[in-house]
Formats: sequence, structure tokens, C-alpha cells
Amino acid sequence: MNVDRRSFIKTSGMFAAGSIVFPPVIQSDFDKQISGSVKSYLDHFEVSAEMLQKVIAAAMSKGGDYADLFFEHKKSNSLGLEDGKVNRAYSNIDFGVGIRVLKGDQTGFAYSETITLDAMLNAAKMAANIANSKNSFNPVGLKEKVPSNYYSIARKWEDVSVEDKVPFVQKINDKVFSLDEKVIKVNAFLSDETSYVMFYNSEGRLTYDYRPMISFGAVCIMQKDGKIENSYAARSFRKGFEWLTDDLVDELANEAVDRTNILFEATKPKAGEMPVVMGAGGSGILLHEAIGHTFEADFNRKGTSIFSDKMGKKVAESFVNIIDDGTLESNRGSINVDDEGNDVQKTYLVKDGVLNSYIHDRISAEYYGVAPTGNGRRESFRNIPLPRMRATYMEMGPHSKDDIISNVDYGVFVDNFSNGEVKIGAGDFTFFVKSGYLIEKGKLTQPIKDINIIGNGPQALADITMAASDYMIDNGTWTCGKDGQSVPVTCGLPTVLVKKLTVGGAI
Amino acid sequence: MTKKEKYSLAKWAMNHALENGAQQVSVSISNSRSSSVEVREQKIDKLEQAIQSSLFIRLFVDNKYSAHSTNRLKKEELARFIEEAIAGTRYLSEDEFRTLPDPELYYKGGAQSLNTLDTNFDAHNPQEKIDLAFDAEKEVLGKDERIISVTASYYDGLSERVMVASNGFEGDTANSYYGLNAQVSVKGGDARPESYWSENAIFFNELEKKGIGEKALERAINKIGQKKTDSGKMSMIVENRTVARLFSPLISALSGSAIQQKNSFLIDKQNEKVFSDKLTVIDDPFVVSGRGSRLFDSEGLATKKRPVFENGVLKNYFIDTYYAKKLDMQPTSGSNTNLVFKPGDKNLKQLVASVDRGILVTGFNGGNCNGATGDFSYGIEGFLIEKGQISQPVSEMNITGNMKELWAGIGEVGNDVNKNSSWLIPSIVFEGVDFSGA
Repeated sequence: MNVDRRSFIKTSGMFAAGSIVFPPVIQSDFDKQISGSVKSYLDHFEVSAEMLQKVIAAAMSKGGDYADLFFEHKKSNSLGLEDGKVNRAYSNIDFGVGIRVLKGDQTGFAYSETITLDAMLNAAKMAANIANSKNSFNPVGLKEKVPSNYYSIARKWEDVSVEDKVPFVQKINDKVFSLDEKVIKVNAFLSDETSYVMFYNSEGRLTYDYRPMISFGAVCIMQKDGKIENSYAARSFRKGFEWLTDDLVDELANEAVDRTNILFEATKPKAGEMPVVMGAGGSGILLHEAIGHTFEADFNRKGTSIFSDKMGKKVAESFVNIIDDGTLESNRGSINVDDEGNDVQKTYLVKDGVLNSYIHDRISAEYYGVAPTGNGRRESFRNIPLPRMRATYMEMGPHSKDDIISNVDYGVFVDNFSNGEVKIGAGDFTFFVKSGYLIEKGKLTQPIKDINIIGNGPQALADITMAASDYMIDNGTWTCGKDGQSVPVTCGLPTVLVKKLTVGGAI
Repeated sequence: MTKKEKYSLAKWAMNHALENGAQQVSVSISNSRSSSVEVREQKIDKLEQAIQSSLFIRLFVDNKYSAHSTNRLKKEELARFIEEAIAGTRYLSEDEFRTLPDPELYYKGGAQSLNTLDTNFDAHNPQEKIDLAFDAEKEVLGKDERIISVTASYYDGLSERVMVASNGFEGDTANSYYGLNAQVSVKGGDARPESYWSENAIFFNELEKKGIGEKALERAINKIGQKKTDSGKMSMIVENRTVARLFSPLISALSGSAIQQKNSFLIDKQNEKVFSDKLTVIDDPFVVSGRGSRLFDSEGLATKKRPVFENGVLKNYFIDTYYAKKLDMQPTSGSNTNLVFKPGDKNLKQLVASVDRGILVTGFNGGNCNGATGDFSYGIEGFLIEKGQISQPVSEMNITGNMKELWAGIGEVGNDVNKNSSWLIPSIVFEGVDFSGA
């Protein structure tokens, strides 16, 4: 009985460490079809413009400066394969409205899982308590905003039955087994999620978003000479059923097998400080941990980030351009509007080596007197929005991958990761390397595995001395956690050289 | 929802599933209330309140299995939700190992309360709770000019749950919790070290309400001047509040799923000596007001007090009904309750004094453990110990090794058991750990 619904759904869907997927079986629980119009969203949540205005008025009744309503209806389905069969399915439905009131930078928040006028008014009155004067709020007219669309879908997951999805999960199992005799077990999963959100605030803005998500992958477990190793491959996108193909199955199966195979030969490197070449793609975890979190403006507004006094200063070589982008087509980190109803943009965090912008939510944008960057995100209607990353990547640099590797006398090359973390104030960040290679005299030699690498954010950023032109986004199932809230993100990087990081290993 | 209403809805949902094609069903319904307040600069920064309800149903249909949850609890919607879930389940493959537990193993009621609920939950004045957060902040404000930011928070919650299963289980639980927390950032050179302190309790009157801000400040200031020290093999003391990070891979390796799926470095080790003599851990579900105390587990299995490690010998795995069938073993329970460590004689100060050269680890930074092999590597921060004295705060270092060797190499177990967690662990000294630094 200790399995609560939310932790259940988080742990059941994913079998690999360090990445979490929201799983996916239920088709639909509502008759009403939603299309791209404000009216269909109002109908879906069974509310009228007049109700929204009444709830906002109640939220503002104690003298708040601003209030917003975030409606959400999320359906998640997951299929799992173990011991050769697609023999488990999980689903979750989550529905409700979060009501937030701001007074300066103070926040009052409450939510309701029942969307009736009375239930919403009760929640609004609770949230209103952040302010403590009397106020009569005059409702403003509705300003409807049709959002951009960064993820077009041919066949929605709601229209796909379990029967249609099962074969892909079975195929990836069969493919992995066919590729290598050492395979003893496969765990595979297919998780889809459909989320409808609607947003309304005290300024009258009314907007909405339809957010599909699919995650698909497999864990491969192999045995060789009595040793057991496992690794996995997964992809995640805001795409529809058309994305699932046999080619994708082959690609993932091969990747899972290759990544596991290499571990049998891998050893631990010698411990200590050394140059680290970050391979293109998933190495973007470096940006996420070393720079991304410390650029989140809530930390900077409170002065707790090591980057708090670095705006406008040169923090990296001139070829370094680092971006946080919510607009990449079908990307897992993309959103059509953020969870505060703001337009989403491509935001340069570092431009030509200079710190250009923090990552803002509404509160921090107001505090710094800048336009919102579309980074206000939340795990669900149960949570308040915070400044959060989307897709965080670095643009191409002037060097080539070969030049970079041949430049290193002794160091490591890393390109496969499971998780990372950062201490905002000290700036110390880490990422865990599942596999990579030693570099000896400019060449990749011995495979390495299971080591943590640690560095200091500002120092590591300044220490990026070379970057290649092979920029790649990693479309794995990256999930970012902050203050107990998880949101989907991605990251990307061209091959770069970081002059010096501390590599875990043997003494 | 009252307990009676929850039972009534759970049984209705169970019967609806049975009438629509499921042969076995279990349903649990839970609801909870929680609130939190965070204060900063002598103002309320965030005030949050939450009330939630949800239903969780496990379906066994023609030897096929699925599980579902929803927070839409109206009967007409639930009826359709259950019918669609059963229809979807029919497309899965059969799994002969999926059944509800053997009813003989269910908790059958009548045990004494484990005292996990404060029945006066609603009796405390909201302003009194908010003031606790302000008091924690006040302990620190103006105490040191290096302070950049202080955040203090108070939170509490109450959750209730009922569970029914179609082969004859009924049970309910109720839990409350209260907590206070302070986080302090200070300026120290270019860095802004931060630290926190927190306390929690099941009863409001038992919550430690003083010293939280002060401890957070002290811990942050102690970090000023953190730097890496040289790489080397040294003794490591891990503080009681953080040592769970190193113990959790052992617990993961003991789970039925990890054993059966070959993702464990402790396969086929029952009754073998795997770790140091100094490691004795009991899984005790009956600790009065323990954070992990319970009379039955998530499947309804009656809990039992079981040794996990006895003088380094592996005594029990954590195996639920499904993996017990797959492994042809007896089920214990799929999860641990309170993990009670046998303490040693020394407090943390005495442990430090006993180390000639080593590092006291007070926090981890990232890292992971390979579940199949036990190979680990974690970022750490803490303090260098030289000749039994703390000499220098350290950070930006890694420890790397293998869990089997690490836990075989326990130097000493402390007597300072952390009572804020269901894992009642003291500080522990490990010998010969590989640190990478400068």
C-alpha cells in the first residue's frame, strides 16, 4: 500500500537507471473531441468564459497582483515486455486545474481535481490568501491566443489501440535476441502520453496546447564468461503513431546491443584530472548540468547561483553559443506555449562567449525587467511553474572531431550517459558515464565504463577550448528534476574538448 | 471521502471489473491533504494547499495483467475506464505467473496500531505553522554577514487509503507527517556554498522545531573554502544523513525483479557471507511511529520482522508474489519497511578522531551504480580528516569502486542513528576508498 499512484507510474514505466518515462492503455475517457480552437478546449473542460472570470475574480479578491488558471487533462499508457512477451500494461488519467495568485514575487497556489465552479472558487480563495487586503477585481475581456505548432501529428495516440502498439514492442525484443547470442534478457517499453492544457490569466489571455509524447526503447542484458552487463537505447518525441517503424526498431535494437557489448571489454580509467572529449549528442548533459540549471533565474534572483553576477560578462571562448530552445520540431523538450501561457522562443543563454540571458519564468522576468523567455514549466496542474529548460544545446564550432581527439595526449572520450546533477551555489556539476574510451596519444584506445565525472560550471565553460561542426541533439528519454517536479527535456552538443575535469576511477 | 465511502467505491469498482471479464482484481483508493509554506526575507514566498484522490486498480484477465490509475472517480466514468482497461488487457500476452497473493499470506486484521497517524491533524492553527517557518528563518537572519539567502519551509500532510482484493483482502491505512526545513546560501570567495537542515515527525508535538535554521547556517559556513584534495586511497566516513545513498544499491540488488532479471550483484547469495561482520540490518515493520511502519504491504501481504544482513550474511531478499512465482521462491514482500541498523559505540566526533587520514562525506553529487555488477562512482563533498581532526572542506571529488568491496570493508559503525527516516542508519566508516581529485 505504499505505492502511491504517482510514484507507481513513474517507476513502472522505465527499467533503466537515471531516466524516467511517463508510461502509457486507455484510449479515451471523454466523448468530446478536441480540435485546435479555444472553444473546443472550453467545452472539453466544461467551463465557460464567465466561469473563468468569476474564478479569477475570487483569486484576486485579497489584493493579488496577478492570477492564472492552468487546466490539464493527461492520459498516459505504457506497454512493457519481460521474458519475451508483452505481458503488462499500465495507464493513468490525471485531470484538474491549478490556481495561482502572485503578489509581487510571492506565490499562493491551490488546485482542484474537480472542475466545477464551486470547487474552483474554493481553490481560488485558498490561493488568494497570499495577499491580505481587500480588492475588487474588474474582469478584463478574453484575449484568445492561437499558439504556434511545433509538433504536427498524423495519427494521435488516443486513436491507437493496444493491439496496434504491441507488435513493435515484441519486434524490438526479437530483434535484440537475433543480434547477439550473448543476450539473455530484454526489457522493452512503449509509453505514450496525451496532454491537453488550457490557460487563462487575470490579463485576459486564453490559450491552449495539445501535447503528445512517445517514448520507446529496450534494455539489453547479456552474459559472457559468467559476467553480466546491461545497457539500453530509447527515443522520445512529440510525434504520433506514424513515427513507429521497423527501421526504428532495428536502430534501437542495434544501439542497445552495441552499447552492452562494449561493456565487457571496458575498465575503469585511472582517477584524476584530465582532458575530456565530449562526443556529439548526449554530451549535452554537460550544458544541462554545468550551465543550464545555474542559469535558471529563480536561483539568480535569490543570488544563490554561482552565475548570479555574470550577466553580460565573457564566460566562454567566442565560438561558444549555447541555446535553450522550445521550438524544435517534434522535440521532446518543445512546447507550443509554456505553462504560464507565454509564447515559446529560441533563447541564447551564451552568445559569442558572453552570458546573454537567464532562463525565465514570469516572476523572474518581472524581477529582471525582461520579456519572458517561455521557460515557465510545471510537472502538472498540481505544481507551480518554475524556470525550466527545454532543449539545451550548443551550436557548431570551428574544429573537427578528429582534430579534437588527436589534440589529446592522455584523457577520456565520453558519449553515453545515464544521469547528472549540479550544486547551484558551488557550481560543482557531475555526469555519470555509462561508457566511453581512453584517449592515448591522440587515439581512442581502451573502452571505459561506470565512472562519474565532476567539474565546476564556470570553469568548465571557460575550459571548452575546441568545438566541432558535428552538432547533434540527443533524442533520448531525458527527464529533468527540480524541486520535486519532473519535466521532459533534451540536450545536444557538437564534439567538444573540455581542457580539464576530474574523472572518477581507480587509484 | 470517508473511509466507508472509499471502501464502498473500491468494492463497487472491483465488482464492476469482475462482472466485465476480470477473474481477479484488487483496488485501492487513497486521498490526501497537504499544505506547505516557504518563507524568505521575512515574507511568505510560497503558500500551497492540495487535496487529492485517486483509484488504483490491478486487473487479472484470462491470465493477462494490467494496472491503471485515475483521479476521475465518478462511477459512470470509472465504469467506462474499467471496461476499456479490460478490453486493452486482452491484447497482451498471457503471463502464468500473474495472480493475486495467496490469501493465507494476507494481513487479517487485529494487530495493534503502529501509531502512524496524528489524530489531532486539524487541531493546529495555520498561523502557528507559518510562524514555525518564520522562526526557523529568524534563527539565522543577521547572524553572519556572509549570508546571501535564507529560505525556511514548513509542510504537513495526511493520507488515507483503503485496499480490497477479490480473493478476500480488506485493509486500510492512515499516515500523517510534519516537517520543517531551512536552506542557507553564503558567500565564500567566488562560490556560494549552500546547505540545509530538516526535521520531520509523524506527530506535530514531536516535531523538532528549534535549531533548524542554525544548523543549516553552520553547515553552509563550514563549506566556505571547499576545494579538491589530492587523489588517493583513504578512509571514508559517511555521515548518517547521507549514507543511505550508498546503501540503496544493496536494497535494489535484493529485489525479486532485479534477481530474476539478472540486474543484481547479489544473485544466489542467500545465507552467504557477502559483507563485513559489522553489517547487521533488520527489516522491522513494527517500529512504533517508524516512518516505514506498516502491517501489510502494497499487495496486502502481512508484514514480518526479517533480518536482511546478519553479521555480513545475506538473510533475505525482497520478493513480491509475481517474482516469487517466477523464481520459485517464497514471497517476503516486494519492498522494505524500516531498515534498522545495529549501531556501534562511537558518535561521529569519535569516529572522526579514530581516522588518521580520510574524508568525512556530508553530501553526494550525482553518480550512479551499475546494478548488475555493483560498480559505482559518485561525486562527493565533505571534509578532509588529518590525524583525527577535520582540516579542510573538500568538494569536486569522486569516489569509485565496487559495492561488494565497499561494504566488505566497513571499518566501524557509529551510534548516531538518523531517526528522520525509515532507514535507521548511523554514520559508517569505510576503509580503503578510491578518491579522485586533483
